[in-house]
Amino acid sequence: MERYILPDIPDYSAIDVYEQHGGYGALKKALGMKPEEVTDEVKKSSLRGRGGACFPTGLKWTFMPKQSTKAKYLCVNGDESEPGTFKDRQILELNPHALIEGTVIACYAMGITTAYIYLRGEYGKWIRMLQKALDAAYAKGYVGEKILGSGFSTNVYLHKGAGAYICGEESALMNSLEGQRGYPRVKPPFPAQFGVWGCPTTINNVETICNVPLIINKGWEWYSKIGAAKHPGPILVGVSGHVNKPGVFEVPTGELLTDLIDKCAGGVPGDKKIKAVIPGGSSTMILRGEAIEGVRMDADSLKAAGSSVGTAGMIVMDETTDLIRVISRISKFYYHESCGQCTPCREGTGWIWKILKRFELGEGQMKDIDLLMDIANSIEGNTICALGDAAAWPVQSMIRRFRDEFEKRVKPAAVAVAS
Amino acid sequence: MLTQENLNRIEEIRKRYATSQAALLPVLWIAQEQEGWISEEMMREVGKLLDLPYGHVLGVVSFYTMFHSEPLGKYHIEVCTNVSCMLRGSDGILKAIEHHCGVKPGETSADRKWTVSEVECMGACGGAPMLAIGEEYYEGLTPESTEKLLGSLK
Repeated sequence: MERYILPDIPDYSAIDVYEQHGGYGALKKALGMKPEEVTDEVKKSSLRGRGGACFPTGLKWTFMPKQSTKAKYLCVNGDESEPGTFKDRQILELNPHALIEGTVIACYAMGITTAYIYLRGEYGKWIRMLQKALDAAYAKGYVGEKILGSGFSTNVYLHKGAGAYICGEESALMNSLEGQRGYPRVKPPFPAQFGVWGCPTTINNVETICNVPLIINKGWEWYSKIGAAKHPGPILVGVSGHVNKPGVFEVPTGELLTDLIDKCAGGVPGDKKIKAVIPGGSSTMILRGEAIEGVRMDADSLKAAGSSVGTAGMIVMDETTDLIRVISRISKFYYHESCGQCTPCREGTGWIWKILKRFELGEGQMKDIDLLMDIANSIEGNTICALGDAAAWPVQSMIRRFRDEFEKRVKPAAVAVAS
Repeated sequence: MLTQENLNRIEEIRKRYATSQAALLPVLWIAQEQEGWISEEMMREVGKLLDLPYGHVLGVVSFYTMFHSEPLGKYHIEVCTNVSCMLRGSDGILKAIEHHCGVKPGETSADRKWTVSEVECMGACGGAPMLAIGEEYYEGLTPESTEKLLGSLK
């Protein structure tokens, strides 16, 4: 398939090259439409957010009040920090103008005059690349006052995070933008009613926004026919772990996981068998190697398989992998990144990690397996934000699908006592 | 003390936000860029500048792992040990770093040349295993190439 988000065009990050290939044409087109027509186009395209929740983007835009006495804001979420996810970085490097163009179109559609692109602090080098592109876009009148001679003005600013996974959660992102600790907020009120500084705010993922110029250029009908019907469009899939050619691959949604591994990422080194696959970043439920047959990279197919698309960051593990070490490392991550507001997550993530450490050392106890499940179940759904769920799902799925791996690491003496 | 040039930059940055508090992260980045870390004195200065209590500034600095309230070594080696890197040999990379720098993660060498940190996913899973020094990413490492890289830093 032709690539749209990461096209194979040299120097595409340079504004002249971007323009030569029709860049900023979608912005011109959008400015000739009514704002609600732009939103409608995105709504009809069935574009769903690429940040993990797969929420319909056009529908989210309609939540913004049309008339507001307060300022309205757009936050573009580029805090990507979910382990296994490295797609936004490719966009910043290879196609920054699609991000800028999409941001301005989104602002126009929702009547927003200030947008912040929040980027993870580790991407300092890539933030400078994007700033350079943004400066060029300002200089050519695509951003700023009276864009392309229209009556519409909007400013776009880059905001650098400082190393907190939780700031990728939309309400934590807003608090971070306000100069606070990145603590998620209780919802409701939702961002469209009470967002940054209490004003109506929409938060969209970087990759999501990059799809917007494409939809405006080619029309919703064209877009909605790409890939899976209920979750269409091009999608950036990161494949890492035990594959010959790890990387980010742009494919239509609905691609077979096995094709992504074998055709895109060059298969597993030494033709080893696949033991397990995490399909969409470390918080998504782990699948057994034999269970990925026929499963596709789209919301419905992965849901049916007992997992989710998440951020489409696939981690492939071959038959030699120590899965107890994997789940222990994942749990350490969520323990480290828990913001500490909610007791189940703050305490539970630490307990889980400590117990898994014991299994790692071969000192687990049979009853600990159920204890782990119990702690994970007590975190899930009982926290302000989804980090609690993100910490629980990998543990629950690992126990459900690889219980034998845990049993193998039970201390022999403990087995004797238990029986 | 923030330099006059940086104070001017901060004045510009403040205009981007509805409140002066929102400029806190950008200002802390500027402070850290100037000094290499953020001292208590600097936090107090930033607080005065943005009309925020010292406690708020300290609370923010201590929340975000990329703000350093202790001085670091000349080279800050950040090695990712999260799953994608672990599967491709980050254990060996970390070992090579510890061997070369003579310190464990979280420590700074006595000559203040190295600070080593074990970090969470840096978003370079396609280039695993990896490490970062400042804003530069080094990907597709082996223990040998890591050793060579560190040896080239004077």
